[in-house]
Amino acid sequence: MKKVKVGIIGTGNIGTDLLIKVQRSDILECGIFAGKNPDSSGIKKAKSMGVKVSFDSIKAIQDEPDCCEIVFDATSAKVHSFNAPILKQLGKFTIDLTPSQIGKMCVPVINLAECLNCDNINLVTCGGQAVVPIACAIMKVHPETEYIEVVASIASKSAGSGTRANIDEYTQATKDAISIFTGVPKAKAIIVLNPAEPPILMHNTIYAKIEKPKIEEIAAQVMSMAKKIQKYVPGYKVVLGPVVENNRVTTMVEVVGLGDFLPKYSGNLDIITCAAVNAAEEFAKRKILKLRS
Amino acid sequence: MEKVVFFDSTLRDGSHAVRHQLSAENILNYCRGIDGAGLYVVIVGHGNGLGASSLQVGLSAISDKEMLLTARKGLKKTKLGAFLIPGFGTIKDDLEPAIDSGVELVCVASHCTEADITAQHIDYVRKRGKEAYGVLMMYHMASKERLLVEAKKMQNYGALGVILMDSAGASDPGMVEEAVKFLSKNLSVTVGFHGHNNLGLAVANSLTAIESGAKIIDGTVRGFGAGAGNCQLEVLAGLLTKLKIETGVDLYKIMDVSDGIVAKIMHKPQEIDSVALISGISGVFSGFATHVRRAAERFGVDPRDIFVALGKKKMVAGQEDFIVDVALELANKKAKDQDLSF
Repeated sequence: MKKVKVGIIGTGNIGTDLLIKVQRSDILECGIFAGKNPDSSGIKKAKSMGVKVSFDSIKAIQDEPDCCEIVFDATSAKVHSFNAPILKQLGKFTIDLTPSQIGKMCVPVINLAECLNCDNINLVTCGGQAVVPIACAIMKVHPETEYIEVVASIASKSAGSGTRANIDEYTQATKDAISIFTGVPKAKAIIVLNPAEPPILMHNTIYAKIEKPKIEEIAAQVMSMAKKIQKYVPGYKVVLGPVVENNRVTTMVEVVGLGDFLPKYSGNLDIITCAAVNAAEEFAKRKILKLRS
Repeated sequence: MEKVVFFDSTLRDGSHAVRHQLSAENILNYCRGIDGAGLYVVIVGHGNGLGASSLQVGLSAISDKEMLLTARKGLKKTKLGAFLIPGFGTIKDDLEPAIDSGVELVCVASHCTEADITAQHIDYVRKRGKEAYGVLMMYHMASKERLLVEAKKMQNYGALGVILMDSAGASDPGMVEEAVKFLSKNLSVTVGFHGHNNLGLAVANSLTAIESGAKIIDGTVRGFGAGAGNCQLEVLAGLLTKLKIETGVDLYKIMDVSDGIVAKIMHKPQEIDSVALISGISGVFSGFATHVRRAAERFGVDPRDIFVALGKKKMVAGQEDFIVDVALELANKKAKDQDLSF
């Protein structure tokens, strides 16, 4: 079977981790790895893997549109707002890994099927990918939940310059995703970069305010959701709870990375790059390979 | 900014000491009393800043907006300020409404090695025509060279000054002198210092900061604040009067506010208890104290052991959820040790 070609724009931590995962896929292969910085460690990695690279960012795809059918944007929210209309015009299915909130928000385990009919999907944030499914699982048992709050702690070393420059969009997009996906009346997201050495694993806490929570039913939903996520993010794990104290339900999840580009503590890369690859593979299977055959 | 100016964090850091339960009445009384006492700015809000009212770090009694609008009513001569840690509050949900409510100065804070997350917020505040200052929290965890790198970033983003925050009260005068002198020499903007009293040195460290070149002292009236409390501004003002260092602070007025208003807001006098002391020694954020006490009680472990363990793990502000993890770990270890003893 001929693999479906993808383009990756952005050669930082997320772009490079994504590249390694794409090259392992049975369905996808990287046609162009495009950034702006010729000296980045991502570019070196790509070259060592024999992948075609460019320093012209989006222009590389404009100049040679046939180099890919699907495009991952791992730049920044600001750059994606420039890239999005160009990619739309080129007719590329776009998977946006920045917190731009331009395309339809996608958390594969929740709404992948409907996202495949859009031309641009947005993967929210790594925190959003980790916590939205748990929030949805809780809301399934208690649709009357009043308030959901999430706290994502990320090792400082695994937050690249794009994430840092976009901290505001990141926080806002994570919160907005909780509201949009669950419909809870009030949501809040907190993001903490932790500089501790050795670096901490990506750690997420989900709090829900519920009158008389049915904790066993919540636990069953949460665990079944975690299992579904583990299918595409193997290192995803519920590490505490759900436990209840004063009508406050607390669940903690950690994500151990595969250690593809950065070490295993960088589960924040994996949770979003695995989701991206998952979305791209499904799109390739259903919308491209099906037509070919 | 030639003379030394005081940033007043009484209604921000003090919020920690009353579990973020400051009322509108507290805020209005304080602001009316302190207005025109010669402080540069009165900073108001949740202890962790705008947008921080949460289950994670504690819910405020009233909304940020109500706090700021109330303070605005009470302040005619002195500026109204707010505090923001990116990752807690956002521009759209928190900073924009705060400035719309009359905030004239914003302190944008990050952990001392993470200044690049303050760029968007400092820039936004300046674009709105307001004063922005950068705050490097837990400054004791970084070398002076690293502090300079981070402070320069804030300077480049448009901060009018950079304040070193001794969040854990872990400083001694030697550490303050070294860091403040180095920054004052190498930055083009002013340097400030925000002390905590865990080792009984908040006033002494603030004086050292001034002697080392700091032009901003951030403290609180009556020392009202997280953990062991802050640099007590009226005490420092008195000391500086004695030393003939100009501050422009009306000493009697600030003393009257301390005795007549702040003493009544406080749930108990500010003291250095053993938990505050151990947090200073361990170099852990003072604001963790109430959470640590709660976890210690819940899991039957010594709060001092929790602080020592948090210090070893280098936990930073905002990671209150890890306190339970650590307490549980200690409780399990204790149970295991007891098992072995039989």
